[in-house]
Amino acid sequence: MGLAIGFWISASVIIAAALGVVLLRNIFRAALSLILCFLMVAGIYITLSADFLAAVQILVYVGAISVLIILAIMMTREVQRGNLSNKLQLPAFIVALLFLGVLVLTVTNTPWPITDTAPVVPTTTTIASRLFGEGGFILPVEIAAALLLSAILGAIVLAREK
Amino acid sequence: MNLALFIPELTLAVFALLVILLDLFTEQKRLLVQVSVSGLVISAGVTLAMWGESFPAIFNNMLAVDNFALFFKLLLLGVAFLVILASISYTQKFARFQGEYYALVLLSTLGMMLMAATTDLIAIYIALELTSLSLYALVGFLKDSKSTESSLKYLLLGAIASVVLLYGMALIFGFTGQTQLGEIARVIQAMSPQTILSFPALTLGLVMLITGFGFKIAAVPFQMWVPDVYEGAPTPITAYLSVASKAAGFALILRVFFSAFGLPEWLSLNWGIIFAFLAVIGMTLGNIAAIPQTNIKRMLGYSSIAQAGYLLVGMAAMGFSPVVDILGRSSIIFFLTSYALTNMGAFIAIIAISNKLDSDLIDDYTGIGKRAPLVALALTLCLVSLIGMPPAAGFMAKFYIFSAAVRSNLLWLVIIAVINSVISAYYYLRVVNVMWLGKAASEEKISSPGTLRLGLVLSCLGVLLLGIIPGFAMLLAEFAARIFVF
Repeated sequence: MGLAIGFWISASVIIAAALGVVLLRNIFRAALSLILCFLMVAGIYITLSADFLAAVQILVYVGAISVLIILAIMMTREVQRGNLSNKLQLPAFIVALLFLGVLVLTVTNTPWPITDTAPVVPTTTTIASRLFGEGGFILPVEIAAALLLSAILGAIVLAREK
Repeated sequence: MNLALFIPELTLAVFALLVILLDLFTEQKRLLVQVSVSGLVISAGVTLAMWGESFPAIFNNMLAVDNFALFFKLLLLGVAFLVILASISYTQKFARFQGEYYALVLLSTLGMMLMAATTDLIAIYIALELTSLSLYALVGFLKDSKSTESSLKYLLLGAIASVVLLYGMALIFGFTGQTQLGEIARVIQAMSPQTILSFPALTLGLVMLITGFGFKIAAVPFQMWVPDVYEGAPTPITAYLSVASKAAGFALILRVFFSAFGLPEWLSLNWGIIFAFLAVIGMTLGNIAAIPQTNIKRMLGYSSIAQAGYLLVGMAAMGFSPVVDILGRSSIIFFLTSYALTNMGAFIAIIAISNKLDSDLIDDYTGIGKRAPLVALALTLCLVSLIGMPPAAGFMAKFYIFSAAVRSNLLWLVIIAVINSVISAYYYLRVVNVMWLGKAASEEKISSPGTLRLGLVLSCLGVLLLGIIPGFAMLLAEFAARIFVF
């Protein structure tokens, strides 16, 4: 019961905050709204008993990414009219609404397989052994290393003078 | 687990690091080219040594080492080699960033090789992102306004495509509880058709996967980025995008749809019809939009959209034919090989000409036939191959794909494809016409550097070989397609 209440509170705040990101004109407020959204996603993870993921979500998204976004806004001129809209607003709204309808129909009409094993507590050791242990997800971890390298190289090229 | 089977990928990663390190210490930028090329050669040598034998998948069944993967690795390494050959004279435009340039080319090749081999949704996604991130940066290397704009567009649209792809993967994972392609197939085949059809999650997941992958291969209606990005990117990278990125994307689509959703048959009929539809709009829109283009890079961009349409005819044929039928798959592999050689040849010729003209406009190509006869001849051969006329490879490629489609009772699709080929002849031949029959503005000969000539000779030889004796290549393609079931 408590979990369900927690879920619905987080979920409704996420939607309100996400709408704020799209609709607020002041880009700084939109960024703050995005941070609230990130924070509430961590709440959803907690209701799913994913404690490690929730902590990482707060550290990385609420901590690092939001600082990055706000720094980027600091270097942008004309914060007040930053979040511009254009004439495609109405078509975009209709498409988004249709997409929402399809998704809601899909999710409600599919019997999702539900596990009956109790959630692992704490999750940290299990995640570690799944990521790095025998028979785990070590390949994606290794590819992620190459991915970060290429991201750093790309950032250097984009940031430096020609 | 046998780590020796991972050496081709490891080699590329090590050589990419080596290039970055060397770049710090040496003024001899030629050395970077040599190191990159030797990385590619070693990786290809190891891959070649594994060819023909069958190995179990490694990394807990996440990375297949079947002939399908090996074939695509060799193809991608070959394309990367041609791209590096084509880049040597071009990199003068961004002399400060040569180390980063070659390292990123190697890293994106690594990503593409992984795309062709991974068999797990999570690994597939990360391999795709590795490829994309490197390409976003490479597109922006010229750092002028057009290049930066195209890089930004590519990044934004690519991010949206990634999100859609992830959503699709999440739906499929939620529905089946598995991320491994083979396991997904087992779960789906255990269900009865009625149960699956009444639940839309799988269908929506499939549609979203097709959207995400469709962006990579530039299928209409996910092609909006193509013309701008092709025009703005450094020309060797445009070639790389149009060939390698597309080949890796198709390798991924082939593997995912064949091994996870190939059975039961009514499911493959369902995605087959989606691909048939995408093929029709892709071919038609690509060809019609290519006609009014004045910039040759944009024109080849639209042409590559149309070519993706022909390839999707092969995907539709695969969906409509029984799983044991190999022609659909092997015809796609043959088409990709021929298309890779042809498009690389065309782009290398364009680099050779445009470097001197400093323009990509088709009108400026007037009379090139007299100023650079050999390059113009090579470009003509490649354009003829893109139309699909003998003796070039494009003819056999289209022949195989269309016969696969006819065998799967998709005659209507083949008729549309043939009409499209006729339309496409118009804009390809216009370039040929301008080059040979127009009167040149100046009589000055255009000479091209040896590396470009080497690349051009290699790709044109390939185009001719595949066109004149296609039997051997088709055998190879069938071999690559057959081992693919696991």
